[in-house]
Amino acid sequence: MRTFAQHEHKHALHGITVVVETDGPELWIGRCDDIVEAGVMLKDADVHREGDSRPREEWLERARLVGVFPNHRQALVEAARVVSVRRLAEL
Amino acid sequence: MPYSPILTRPMREELLAIGFEELRAPEDVDRFMADKQGTALLVVNSVCGCAAGMARPGVRLALQEGPRPERLVTVFAGQDVEATAKARSYFAELPPSSPSMALFKDGELVWFLPRHKIEGRDALDVAAELRSAFAEHCAVPA
Repeated sequence: MRTFAQHEHKHALHGITVVVETDGPELWIGRCDDIVEAGVMLKDADVHREGDSRPREEWLERARLVGVFPNHRQALVEAARVVSVRRLAEL
Repeated sequence: MPYSPILTRPMREELLAIGFEELRAPEDVDRFMADKQGTALLVVNSVCGCAAGMARPGVRLALQEGPRPERLVTVFAGQDVEATAKARSYFAELPPSSPSMALFKDGELVWFLPRHKIEGRDALDVAAELRSAFAEHCAVPA
Protein backbone atom coordinates (compact mmCIF):
# COMPACT_ATOMS: atom_id res chain seq x y z
CA MET A 1 0.00 0.00 0.00
CA ARG A 2 1.38 3.37 -0.95
CA THR A 3 0.91 6.50 1.07
CA PHE A 4 -2.35 8.35 0.95
CA ALA A 5 -0.52 11.66 0.92
CA GLN A 6 0.16 13.00 -2.54
CA HIS A 7 3.33 14.91 -3.32
CA GLU A 8 3.11 15.54 -7.04
CA HIS A 9 3.73 19.24 -6.52
CA LYS A 10 7.07 18.59 -4.84
CA HIS A 11 10.49 18.09 -6.39
CA ALA A 12 11.40 14.60 -7.59
CA LEU A 13 13.79 14.25 -4.64
CA HIS A 14 10.99 14.81 -2.13
CA GLY A 15 11.32 12.24 0.65
CA ILE A 16 14.80 11.20 -0.39
CA THR A 17 17.80 11.60 1.91
CA VAL A 18 20.28 13.84 0.15
CA VAL A 19 23.75 15.26 0.57
CA VAL A 20 23.90 18.98 -0.17
CA GLU A 21 27.35 20.30 -0.87
CA THR A 22 27.81 24.04 -0.52
CA ASP A 23 30.44 26.51 -1.61
CA GLY A 24 31.15 27.20 2.05
CA PRO A 25 32.32 25.11 5.00
CA GLU A 26 28.99 23.34 5.39
CA LEU A 27 27.91 19.95 4.11
CA TRP A 28 24.30 19.08 4.80
CA ILE A 29 22.54 15.72 4.93
CA GLY A 30 18.82 15.47 5.37
CA ARG A 31 15.55 14.36 3.90
CA CYS A 32 14.70 16.55 0.96
CA ASP A 33 11.32 18.15 1.38
CA ASP A 34 11.49 20.24 -1.74
CA ILE A 35 13.82 22.17 -3.99
CA VAL A 36 12.50 25.63 -4.67
CA GLU A 37 13.83 28.95 -5.89
CA ALA A 38 15.09 29.82 -2.42
CA GLY A 39 17.08 26.63 -2.07
CA VAL A 40 16.98 23.08 -0.82
CA MET A 41 14.50 22.48 1.96
CA LEU A 42 15.59 19.70 4.29
CA LYS A 43 13.93 17.88 7.16
CA ASP A 44 15.61 15.93 9.94
CA ALA A 45 18.99 17.21 8.82
CA ASP A 46 22.50 17.37 10.15
CA VAL A 47 25.39 19.51 9.03
CA HIS A 48 29.12 19.08 9.00
CA ARG A 49 31.30 22.17 9.14
CA GLU A 50 34.97 22.34 8.34
CA GLY A 51 36.83 22.20 11.60
CA ASP A 52 34.32 19.91 13.32
CA SER A 53 35.99 17.38 15.58
CA ARG A 54 35.02 14.48 13.33
CA PRO A 55 36.68 14.69 9.90
CA ARG A 56 34.29 15.23 7.01
CA GLU A 57 35.07 11.94 5.27
CA GLU A 58 34.49 10.00 8.48
CA TRP A 59 31.21 11.83 9.13
CA LEU A 60 30.11 11.17 5.56
CA GLU A 61 31.03 7.49 5.69
CA ARG A 62 29.12 7.01 8.92
CA ALA A 63 26.11 8.77 7.35
CA ARG A 64 26.36 6.58 4.28
CA LEU A 65 26.09 3.49 6.45
CA VAL A 66 23.44 4.45 9.00
CA GLY A 67 22.17 7.98 8.28
CA VAL A 68 22.44 11.06 10.45
CA PHE A 69 21.03 12.20 13.75
CA PRO A 70 18.45 14.91 13.03
CA ASN A 71 19.97 17.91 14.75
CA HIS A 72 17.89 20.27 12.63
CA ARG A 73 14.17 19.56 12.33
CA GLN A 74 14.10 21.77 9.23
CA ALA A 75 16.72 23.65 7.26
CA LEU A 76 16.94 25.70 4.12
CA VAL A 77 20.21 25.57 2.24
CA GLU A 78 20.23 28.75 0.19
CA ALA A 79 20.24 28.19 -3.55
CA ALA A 80 23.19 30.52 -4.07
CA ARG A 81 25.32 28.31 -1.82
CA VAL A 82 24.35 24.95 -3.28
CA VAL A 83 27.03 23.24 -5.35
CA SER A 84 25.43 19.82 -5.66
CA VAL A 85 22.55 17.70 -4.40
CA ARG A 86 23.08 13.94 -4.42
CA ARG A 87 21.26 10.97 -2.97
CA LEU A 88 23.00 9.69 0.13
CA ALA A 89 22.32 6.13 -0.96
CA GLU A 90 24.28 6.71 -4.16
CA LEU A 91 27.49 7.85 -2.52
CA MET B 1 0.45 14.64 15.13
CA PRO B 2 -0.39 10.98 14.47
CA TYR B 3 -2.56 10.17 11.49
CA SER B 4 -6.04 8.82 12.04
CA PRO B 5 -6.00 5.14 13.04
CA ILE B 6 -8.46 4.54 10.23
CA LEU B 7 -5.89 5.67 7.69
CA THR B 8 -2.97 3.79 9.19
CA ARG B 9 -4.81 0.55 9.80
CA PRO B 10 -4.11 -0.90 6.33
CA MET B 11 -0.42 -0.14 6.80
CA ARG B 12 -0.40 -2.04 10.07
CA GLU B 13 -2.39 -4.89 8.58
CA GLU B 14 0.02 -5.25 5.70
CA LEU B 15 2.60 -6.54 8.18
CA LEU B 16 0.19 -8.29 10.54
CA ALA B 17 -1.09 -10.33 7.61
CA ILE B 18 2.35 -11.87 7.07
CA GLY B 19 2.91 -12.84 10.67
CA PHE B 20 4.25 -9.74 12.40
CA GLU B 21 3.39 -8.99 16.01
CA GLU B 22 2.79 -5.33 16.79
CA LEU B 23 4.59 -3.81 19.75
CA ARG B 24 2.34 -0.92 20.69
CA ALA B 25 3.59 -0.08 24.16
CA PRO B 26 7.07 0.23 25.69
CA GLU B 27 6.31 -2.80 27.85
CA ASP B 28 5.69 -4.86 24.71
CA VAL B 29 9.11 -3.84 23.40
CA ASP B 30 10.85 -4.72 26.65
CA ARG B 31 9.13 -8.09 26.72
CA PHE B 32 10.23 -8.78 23.17
CA MET B 33 13.81 -7.67 23.80
CA ALA B 34 14.04 -9.71 27.00
CA ASP B 35 13.74 -12.90 24.96
CA LYS B 36 17.17 -12.97 23.40
CA GLN B 37 17.10 -16.43 21.85
CA GLY B 38 17.23 -16.84 18.11
CA THR B 39 16.66 -14.34 15.35
CA ALA B 40 14.13 -11.54 15.16
CA LEU B 41 13.29 -8.89 12.60
CA LEU B 42 12.01 -5.56 13.88
CA VAL B 43 10.39 -3.35 11.26
CA VAL B 44 9.92 0.32 12.12
CA ASN B 45 6.80 0.98 10.08
CA SER B 46 6.00 4.39 8.68
CA VAL B 47 3.23 6.29 6.98
CA CYS B 48 5.63 7.82 4.51
CA GLY B 49 4.93 6.36 1.11
CA CYS B 50 8.21 7.62 -0.31
CA ALA B 51 9.93 4.71 1.41
CA ALA B 52 7.47 2.65 3.44
CA GLY B 53 5.35 2.03 0.37
CA MET B 54 8.11 -0.23 -0.91
CA ALA B 55 9.42 -1.41 2.45
CA ARG B 56 6.36 -3.41 3.42
CA PRO B 57 5.99 -5.28 0.10
CA GLY B 58 9.74 -5.88 0.21
CA VAL B 59 9.42 -7.54 3.58
CA ARG B 60 6.56 -9.67 2.33
CA LEU B 61 8.54 -10.86 -0.66
CA ALA B 62 11.63 -11.60 1.40
CA LEU B 63 9.70 -13.82 3.79
CA GLN B 64 8.14 -15.96 1.10
CA GLU B 65 11.03 -18.41 0.82
CA GLY B 66 14.46 -19.23 2.15
CA PRO B 67 15.97 -18.46 5.52
CA ARG B 68 13.92 -16.12 7.69
CA PRO B 69 13.94 -14.76 11.22
CA GLU B 70 12.17 -16.77 13.87
CA ARG B 71 10.28 -13.78 15.23
CA LEU B 72 8.74 -10.85 13.40
CA VAL B 73 7.78 -7.68 15.25
CA THR B 74 6.96 -4.13 14.31
CA VAL B 75 6.54 -0.70 15.84
CA PHE B 76 4.85 2.19 14.06
CA ALA B 77 6.84 5.42 14.02
CA GLY B 78 4.77 8.54 14.50
CA GLN B 79 1.81 6.48 15.64
CA ASP B 80 2.95 4.38 18.57
CA VAL B 81 5.46 6.96 19.66
CA GLU B 82 6.47 5.57 23.05
CA ALA B 83 6.90 2.03 21.76
CA THR B 84 8.99 3.30 18.87
CA ALA B 85 11.20 5.34 21.19
CA LYS B 86 11.66 2.32 23.42
CA ALA B 87 12.57 0.12 20.45
CA ARG B 88 15.10 2.67 19.23
CA SER B 89 16.63 2.81 22.68
CA TYR B 90 17.92 -0.71 22.06
CA PHE B 91 20.03 0.59 19.16
CA ALA B 92 20.47 4.16 20.30
CA GLU B 93 23.86 4.44 18.66
CA LEU B 94 22.07 4.50 15.29
CA PRO B 95 20.19 7.55 14.05
CA PRO B 96 16.41 7.19 14.14
CA SER B 97 14.85 6.55 10.78
CA SER B 98 11.57 5.26 9.51
CA PRO B 99 10.91 3.05 7.82
CA SER B 100 13.86 1.00 8.90
CA MET B 101 14.58 -2.60 9.78
CA ALA B 102 16.73 -4.21 12.43
CA LEU B 103 17.76 -7.85 12.62
CA PHE B 104 18.68 -9.29 16.00
CA LYS B 105 20.43 -12.56 16.72
CA ASP B 106 20.51 -13.80 20.29
CA GLY B 107 19.68 -10.30 21.44
CA GLU B 108 22.43 -8.59 19.46
CA LEU B 109 21.78 -6.21 16.59
CA VAL B 110 23.48 -7.84 13.60
CA TRP B 111 22.06 -5.90 10.66
CA PHE B 112 20.26 -2.62 10.08
CA LEU B 113 18.61 -1.13 7.03
CA PRO B 114 18.05 2.61 7.43
CA ARG B 115 15.49 4.61 5.54
CA HIS B 116 17.90 6.10 3.04
CA LYS B 117 18.73 2.61 1.77
CA ILE B 118 15.04 1.95 1.11
CA GLU B 119 14.09 5.24 -0.53
CA GLY B 120 13.65 5.14 -4.26
CA ARG B 121 14.04 1.38 -4.49
CA ASP B 122 11.40 -1.08 -5.49
CA ALA B 123 10.08 -3.95 -3.42
CA LEU B 124 12.29 -6.49 -5.20
CA ASP B 125 15.41 -4.52 -4.29
CA VAL B 126 14.33 -4.24 -0.66
CA ALA B 127 13.54 -7.96 -0.61
CA ALA B 128 16.99 -8.74 -2.01
CA GLU B 129 18.62 -6.74 0.78
CA LEU B 130 16.59 -8.59 3.36
CA ARG B 131 17.22 -12.02 1.85
CA SER B 132 20.93 -11.35 1.89
CA ALA B 133 20.77 -10.51 5.59
CA PHE B 134 18.57 -13.52 6.33
CA ALA B 135 20.96 -15.81 4.46
CA GLU B 136 23.83 -14.55 6.58
CA HIS B 137 22.17 -14.61 9.96
CA CYS B 138 19.08 -16.86 9.90
CA ALA B 139 18.59 -20.59 9.59
CA VAL B 140 16.51 -22.20 6.87
CA PRO B 141 13.13 -23.15 8.38
CA ALA B 142 12.69 -26.86 8.99
